[in-house]
Amino acid sequence: MDVTIRVKRQDPEAEDERRLPYWEEFPVTIADNATVLDALIQIREDNDGTLSLRCSCRSAICGSCAMRINGHAGLACKTIVNSVVQDGVITVEPAGVMPVMKDLVVNFDMFWEKIEAVDPYLKHMGREPEGEYIVSNDAMLHLSGVTACIMCGACVSDCTVLEVDPTFLGPAALAKAYRFTADPRDGDAEGVSMERLWALSEPTGIWDCTRCNECVQACPKGVAPMDRIMAIREQAIQAGYDNNNGARHTDAFTESVGHSGRLDELRLPIKSVGMMNLPALMDYMPVAFRAMRRGKMPPIMHKNVDNVEAVRRIFNRTQPEPAAPQVSNNSPFG
Amino acid sequence: MPEDLQHDVLVVGAGLAGMRAAIAARAGGANTAIISKVHPVRSHSNAAQGGINAALLDRGDDWEDHAYDTIKGSDFLGDQDAIEVMCRQAGASLIDMEHMGVTFNRDDEGRLGTRAFGGQRRARTFFVGDFTGQALLHVMFEQLIKSGVQRYEEWFVTALIMEEGRAAGVAALDIRTGDLHVIRAKTVIFCTGGCGRLFEPSTNALIVTGDGMGLIYNAGGQLMDMEMVQYHPTTLAGSGVLISEAARGEGAYLRDKDGNRFMEKYAPNMMELASRDVVSRAEQTEINGGNGVDGCVYLDCTHLGEALILEKLSQIREIGIDLAGADMIREPIPIRPGMHYIMGGIKTDIEGRTNLEGVYAAGECANVSVHGGNRLGANSLLDTIVFGERAGNHAAELVRNVGFADFDVNMALARETRRIQEMLDRPENGDRWASIRKDMGDSMNRNVAVFRNEEGIQETLGDLHDLRRRYENVPVHNKGKTFNTDLVFALELGYMLDCADTIAVGALERKESRGAQFRVDYPQRNDEEWLHHIVLTRGEGGPEISELPVTITNWTPEERKY
Repeated sequence: MDVTIRVKRQDPEAEDERRLPYWEEFPVTIADNATVLDALIQIREDNDGTLSLRCSCRSAICGSCAMRINGHAGLACKTIVNSVVQDGVITVEPAGVMPVMKDLVVNFDMFWEKIEAVDPYLKHMGREPEGEYIVSNDAMLHLSGVTACIMCGACVSDCTVLEVDPTFLGPAALAKAYRFTADPRDGDAEGVSMERLWALSEPTGIWDCTRCNECVQACPKGVAPMDRIMAIREQAIQAGYDNNNGARHTDAFTESVGHSGRLDELRLPIKSVGMMNLPALMDYMPVAFRAMRRGKMPPIMHKNVDNVEAVRRIFNRTQPEPAAPQVSNNSPFG
Repeated sequence: MPEDLQHDVLVVGAGLAGMRAAIAARAGGANTAIISKVHPVRSHSNAAQGGINAALLDRGDDWEDHAYDTIKGSDFLGDQDAIEVMCRQAGASLIDMEHMGVTFNRDDEGRLGTRAFGGQRRARTFFVGDFTGQALLHVMFEQLIKSGVQRYEEWFVTALIMEEGRAAGVAALDIRTGDLHVIRAKTVIFCTGGCGRLFEPSTNALIVTGDGMGLIYNAGGQLMDMEMVQYHPTTLAGSGVLISEAARGEGAYLRDKDGNRFMEKYAPNMMELASRDVVSRAEQTEINGGNGVDGCVYLDCTHLGEALILEKLSQIREIGIDLAGADMIREPIPIRPGMHYIMGGIKTDIEGRTNLEGVYAAGECANVSVHGGNRLGANSLLDTIVFGERAGNHAAELVRNVGFADFDVNMALARETRRIQEMLDRPENGDRWASIRKDMGDSMNRNVAVFRNEEGIQETLGDLHDLRRRYENVPVHNKGKTFNTDLVFALELGYMLDCADTIAVGALERKESRGAQFRVDYPQRNDEEWLHHIVLTRGEGGPEISELPVTITNWTPEERKY
């Protein structure tokens, strides 16, 4: 098929306007079932040797070719031309959040710094067994769903928090952290990684995710980083790390919905930062005044929804599910 | 970047072998660095899908059985002392990886689970779904982070520097900045992987271009058994992407166009799980005989059931859906033999030492030799971690008693800078690297593939001669410094042409059929004349040939049947 690949390019060494991002269109003729990467390679080989991109395995395992295709992050080698072409055009841009080095190549330094920040290696507290650790297949299969991460950066590219707050550990590093917090071989004799859960509960960690779900959409390997972040939140609260805004926010949210069937927007922020936390509460005052001026202040008297009993019945059925499969019965730890 | 870069041990290549070597050298107290043209987790070790072999004694397995299967798989060309080292060490190396955190699949008791693999009489392949290589590679990278090894990521080595008759360091291009550097080193360990991309198509990643083999060959090193090129039996129609042997290990069938399981004609006992050279030849025979469809036969997983496929073969199912539009749960997928691995490589001893002092090699770029004429599936991951570790250990020991070779770094840097600048300054009208690379790949795949004969190999040697002339004028269109992959690809092509020469010359030289080398004009194995390694070194007019004996310890060569 004939298709136009519209590439966002940039050359930091150029002395003209190509130093800034610009669009260039490449018409290519390519098989229907070819990938976007095939098209880019064809351009690089036949049209323009100055086009820079990273790519290697062509089979979605090396993680080199994450980029934005029609505005959303994905692997070029896993995206079939036919499935994304719109009116004969496919737009290709470098991954987001990370700074562009040239054309489709971005600087991954911040990505790897975040990975290293979560101590990304197994930390077993006791003595290693002589043979292998005895753990359940289910526990390993569950972890393999996370270790399937190929560190391509698609989730980081499209993370709406990182876009505005570069201090956030971000979806890839937190999914990596979960790979340890959920590993029965990591941490203490019960497989609880107390130290990790404490660190991850700090600002820039698990509670900074806004649950926008973009990372789940972007991940080409089904790792679902956001779901892993939510799972760490549960582990952290279970481990007793509930004395922070995030955990209190969750509690207040749950309590409000469970009690009245809807969110008490006035008390939610107060309970989140802590009733006695005067400095933080003072920070909310300007917001409160602006809301009041525009008539958007939530009612002081929070009312139940009609038929709240029905909501409570549903609520009671949604008890939190147990966290990831843990150590099996015949574990050496337990 | 500070100049005066120097390290006791410098590892080139950060796949499994490279990282394992670096971690071992660092643990042995050496100032160690690792240099790689891609970030370590982008390395091609990722692509190993099916698993890693080990005979665990507490499971009633025996390393000698593993050794025998490996030797028979090698068609008796593997060196038995090296194979003994690998198979004895396998269990401990496997458990090490598990302790580091690899999420191996388990059995019902929570112990490491196994699957069957080709050419082996019992199931001793340990695995993580169908992405074992990726799982191992990422865990090894975790350990590398922990180890304190210095990393030069996205640096491309352009020359191995030898002074005073021993390793002195390397020249390397920082791909991000375009700056050239010289790194001094007492020892250099090459773990640069194979050279699959000089065949087209190939299962190999685009980065697999024989860099280390080329660098060592040009510095006077020995390449050995280069004619032994493995065609994997199940590569996807079209793109040539790998479909793991794990599929057959879990029970998948190979069928011709009429649905017949043709392997019963070729390997009545092992059927689909005969060794790879045998299965690939069978498929190609069927395809050539008109029993295929569009140059392919079928891999049928439909009887395995959805649950098993989703648990153990999910990645290759995805690949089939993405790249061939076929879901293996419901329908057979079209596959054919495709270039996959090279058994040959840089000749080393069991410590990883090459014939160049202070220069080591491990992993696919090396030839210890444990794979001989044909590698068993799931022995490659094992090869990387066992011999990577040994090379790292040995190098760390060596550097305690030697100093840095004395040489003028600035002069070496100026020499290399001139060479690269000359490439950049060439007129733009020559053939680009891509067209030369493609013509090389076509020629190799046509004549130095599953079935070979003298006429074909001679034709390819002629092609390679012409391609080298075209290469001498290869232009680099990108003149910039930042991430100039155009320049990197042009440099890689030089290594590839060197490797291609040695493969074709080796294939022409070996006038018999053994393992992956099948000569239609010499269809029998001939132990009397050819039970030896073919060694290639760089000469004036091309590769010079010599030979080395095969080390035989306990297992006498016998007829090979599956």
